[in-house]
Formats: sequence, C-alpha cells, structure tokens
Amino acid sequence: MARKIGEVILDLRHISLSFGGVKALTDISFDVREHEIRAIIGPNGAGKSSMLNVINGVYRPQQGEIIFQGEHRKDMDTHAAAAAGIARTFQNIALFKGMTVLDNLMTGRNLKMRCNFLQHALWWGPAQREELEHRRKVEEIIDFLEIEHIRKTPVGRLPYGLQKRVELGRALAAEPKMLLLDEPMAGMNVEEKQDMCRFILDVNDQFGTTIVLIEHDMGVVMDISDRVVVLDYGRKIADGTPDEVKNDPEVIAAYLGTQH
Amino acid sequence: MIYRETGQFKTSYAADQQIFPIRQDRIGIAILLAFAFVVVPLTAGNYWFNAILIPFLIFSLAALGLNILTGYAGQLSLGSAAFMAVGAYAAYNFQVRIEGMPVLLSFILAGLTAAGVGILFGLPSLRIKGFYLAVATLAAQFFIVWCLTKFPYLSNYSASGVISVPNVEILGYTFDTPQSRYLLVLSIVSLMALLAKNMVRSSTGRAWMAVRDMDVAAEVIGIRLMRTKLLAFAISSFYCGVAGALYAFCYLGSVEPDGFSLDLSFKILFMIIVGGVGSILGSFLGAAFILLVPIFLDIVLPWLSELLHLPVDSATVSHMQLMVFGELIMFFLIVEPHGLARLWQIGKEKLRLWPFPH
Ligand SMILES: Nc1ncnc2c1ncn2[C@@H]1O[C@H](COP(=O)(O)OP(=O)(O)O)[C@@H](O)[C@H]1O
Ligand SMILES: [Mg+2]
Repeated sequence: MARKIGEVILDLRHISLSFGGVKALTDISFDVREHEIRAIIGPNGAGKSSMLNVINGVYRPQQGEIIFQGEHRKDMDTHAAAAAGIARTFQNIALFKGMTVLDNLMTGRNLKMRCNFLQHALWWGPAQREELEHRRKVEEIIDFLEIEHIRKTPVGRLPYGLQKRVELGRALAAEPKMLLLDEPMAGMNVEEKQDMCRFILDVNDQFGTTIVLIEHDMGVVMDISDRVVVLDYGRKIADGTPDEVKNDPEVIAAYLGTQH
Repeated sequence: MIYRETGQFKTSYAADQQIFPIRQDRIGIAILLAFAFVVVPLTAGNYWFNAILIPFLIFSLAALGLNILTGYAGQLSLGSAAFMAVGAYAAYNFQVRIEGMPVLLSFILAGLTAAGVGILFGLPSLRIKGFYLAVATLAAQFFIVWCLTKFPYLSNYSASGVISVPNVEILGYTFDTPQSRYLLVLSIVSLMALLAKNMVRSSTGRAWMAVRDMDVAAEVIGIRLMRTKLLAFAISSFYCGVAGALYAFCYLGSVEPDGFSLDLSFKILFMIIVGGVGSILGSFLGAAFILLVPIFLDIVLPWLSELLHLPVDSATVSHMQLMVFGELIMFFLIVEPHGLARLWQIGKEKLRLWPFPH
C-alpha cells in the first residue's frame, strides 16, 4: 500500500468500564496510528461496541486515560470528540429516518456550519451561501458513494444495505480525521460487502482517514486491516498484525470456544 | 401532464434549493398570494374576514409554532394555548403600560416574552421525553392560566382578568375594519411562515429533526441537545406568542385567561395532526380543516336531517360534530400520520405521472 502509517493518534490506557455489576471492559490498552486501519474483533458481548462508545464519549469509563492527538483526557465528551474530528457509524443503523439522504449528509456537517438561526430565518445572504458551499462538499461524497439516485429519498424508505452506506456518508460528511465503524458490513450480501470494503479502503487511501473498525467477517478483517485488537469478555487477549493474531492460540481458543 | 418537472433540469444547487423547486408550484403560490392579498380584500364580506379568514390565519400561525416544536424537533407539547395567552397578555401590557409603544414592537416583545416562558417550561425536556414531557407542558398550561387569573397586575386590574385591547394603530393608520385587520394578519403570518420555512430548510431545522429522529446520533455529530431543544421551545413559543397577540388584537378584541384553555391547546395539536406533523404547509391545511369542518357540519347536518326527514336538534348536531371530529382525528393518526400535507404530496406525485401511471 502506498499510504504511509504515521504516529500514534489515539492512545487508550488501562480503560475499564462497567455497568452496575457487569464489567464491559477491563483494563484495556491499545493505540491507533494515523492513517491505519485498525480492527477490533471478538465474540458477541466482548465489549467491542463499548470500546467505540468510550472513544467518542458516548460512554465514560470508570478508569483509564484517553489520549487523542496528544491531549490527555479521563474520558471523552461526544461534542469534544466530534469537534476533534472523530465520526462514527452505529451497529444498529442510527440514521435520521424522517430526513432525506441529502439532509442526513448535510447534518453530518453541522459542526462546520457557522450561521445562527436568525441568519437561517433570513436565508438570503450568508445562510444561503453557506448552504451552497456545504452542499457542494456533500455532493462530492454522494458521488463518491454512488448514491446520486437516492439523494432526495427519505432514508427510512431505503433498503438496509443502502442505509449502511448512507450512514457512512453522514460520517464522511464531517471530513473526519478518524472514523469509527461498528460492523459496517453486518447483514450485507457478498456484493454489498465488496462495495463497502472498497469504500472503506478508498476513504483510507484518498482522504488518509484513520479507521477503527469492528467486523465479524474474518476474511474482510484479515484483508483490509493493518493491525487487529482481539477482545474477549471485556479483556484484550491479543494485539498485532492479522497474521500474528490469526495464529495466536488464545484467539483460536476464544473463537473455538464460542463456536461449539 | 400539466403538473410535471420534466425538462426543468436544475443547473445549479441554488436552483435545487429553492423553496419551491418545481415551476408549477412557484406559479401556484404566486397566484395564491395574489389572490389572498388582492382579490380577497376586494371581494370578501365581513363575515368571511371575522369568522373565517382572520381566525384561520391566526390558528395557522399557532399551529406552525407547535409544529416547529412537535413536528420538527419532536417535543410533544400540550401548552400551546398558554403560550398564546402569554403573548396576548404581554402585548396588552406593553401597550397599556408604555406610552407610545408601537404596536408591532409590542407584538415582537410579546413573542419574546412567550419565548422566555417557553424556554423555562422547556427545561424538563432535557430530562424527559414523549408522554412525560407532555405532562410537564400540561403543567405550563395550567400554571400560566392560573397566574393570569391570580395576579390582577397582569390584566391591569380588570375584572376577572378580562382584557380589552385598544385598536391597532400603525404609523397613524387605524386598523378598524375587518378587511384592514385581515391584511395586517395576513402580512405577519406570511412573513413568519417564510422565516419558519427558511429555518427548517437550513441547519437549524436539520438539527431539530436530527434530535427528533435519533438523539444519540445527533449528539455524536456534535449537535448540542440542550441548545437545540431549548431553541425549538423558544421559537415555537415565539410563534404561539405572536399568534396570541394577534388573537387578542386583531380577532377578538377582548380576551380572558380561560379563553386559552387546554381545549384550545388540543385544538392546535389536532391541527398539526390532521394537517401534517413536520410540515409548514400542513399547519395551514390543518388549521383550515379544523376551523372549517364545524362550520361545514353546521350547514350540512340540518340539511341532511331535512332530506332524510329525521328530526335533529342543535344539541345532536353538536354531538355529531364531536363524533365526526374524533373519527377524522383517529383516521389521520392511524391511516395517514403525515396528514393532509402528505395526501397533497401524494396527489401531486400522481399528477406528475398522469396520464401514464407506471
Ligand atoms: N448501555 C449498557 N448498559 C448495560 N450494559 C451494557 C451496555 N452496553 C453494553 N453493555 C454490556 O457490556 C457488554 C459488552 O457489550 P458490547 O460492547 O455491546 O459488546 P460487543 O459489541 O462486543 O458485542 C455486554 O455484556 C453488554 O450487555
Ligand atoms: Mg457490538
């Protein structure tokens, strides 16, 4: 690959998170380097989604430290994460169902828009200019994801696979530094998976976006990720390149253990 | 094929982002406005102005206000009438207490007062949603009406809180004919509808809808929930407040706190349910529908009873009205939750393909 992997951009140290008595994450540390594709894998309930939620401030860990771009934090805050350039998609699609594809993507750029509601009410002038400027950017993403034909469709009416793609579009609309993808290919057919893979690789390649990816399809993970973290019962059991991880006896045991 | 967009290619995003991107819609709205501003004032009689057109416009504005909060931002409210009351009484107080206060300015201040009160009663929305929030706004409804009866200062010490407002006068011109008041209300409502449309089609409106549709995702995008919800409460109450001021100054002339009861709040809620939740046009359609159906039934039911030789007294007629009303509302809740505005849109889509259905 031509792209160059950079310095550590996100460093998670000794993260522990529990809900009441349930320990979702126990003392987890790993880092993510700039421009890399970092996968998180593990059986169901291992704590993968919780990990993403900690990274962008939806959950606050009881212990640990999050260092993003050199800034040390005890926990993240959703707004701060968004402002720092972290965008994400959800395991269960979390689109704005009543809005069109175009509006969903425009909403993704919310933080980049400066006009206030009075300027919006008056429309002509700054608000319209801003709207057009951002519309242009959003149209680039629409072209990139090949969803021109559905831009005016309310997302609630779209099939599942396309909704997943639109959700990626909404995250991309923010022009994020780091993209957190929670099972972007779950429930897709082979063709849709291939498309999604291509988009993820292209985003990483063309925009240099760092990607943290949760995925169950081992073939995909081994193909596209640079490094893999393996979680099991809220603990980290392995961390390394796809090849290292694949042959790790503990990983094999964890996966065999859940399959019998 | 009269109504179609074929051949109207959008050559720029600006053209695509117009309020009415389809030419026939633009012509339609221009004709409607010309009709409302020119033909109606020249031809309509006093009954039409006083009993139908002026209340229709004022309720459209109140429904628009509620639609911003409930339809766009997804926060259910049962306090619209109370916010109208705040507007009516605030405008009255600004008028009688401040010498030489321009009436339009007191309408704006009345809106702002209602906005302030709206923010206050919107605070619970940061913690609670849906049904529970509706109950909290119910508290606003009762508390505000109670205050207006309880504190004589608010009604300038008039008996039982009834206020009689002075004639509206702007730049030396007195709006003392129904026709002139209609034009004043029409101008204000048209302008405010335009401002509302502009808000909902830009990022203010998208933030509201995002919070309505999926609040966690909205937060992750960087939308501040508190600010977004309270802004919706403020603007919604501003609209209801101005509607309340117009209700007192341009429609009834004299109002009492009990006139802004829960009944009225429900009426406004029904307007947006029937007209279309989350639609500017729907606010107008709903107001027209809810106001016109009783008038229509008043005329049709006695006529029907005569035709069928069934003796029907006026009490039965009003019962029938309630029943028909209830059924219509259930119809819209169950069959077409997006209301008349959606039916209108479906009609247009059919027309677009006509005569070649696919
Ligand atoms: N909001 C929550 N409240 C309570 N328990 C939770 C919550 N989120 C996750 N958990 C628990 O944390 C554990 C890890 O869940 P999750 O992160 O969703 O796993 P994965 O994404 O790997 O399947 C599970 O036991 C789950 O029940
Ligand atoms: Mg998960």
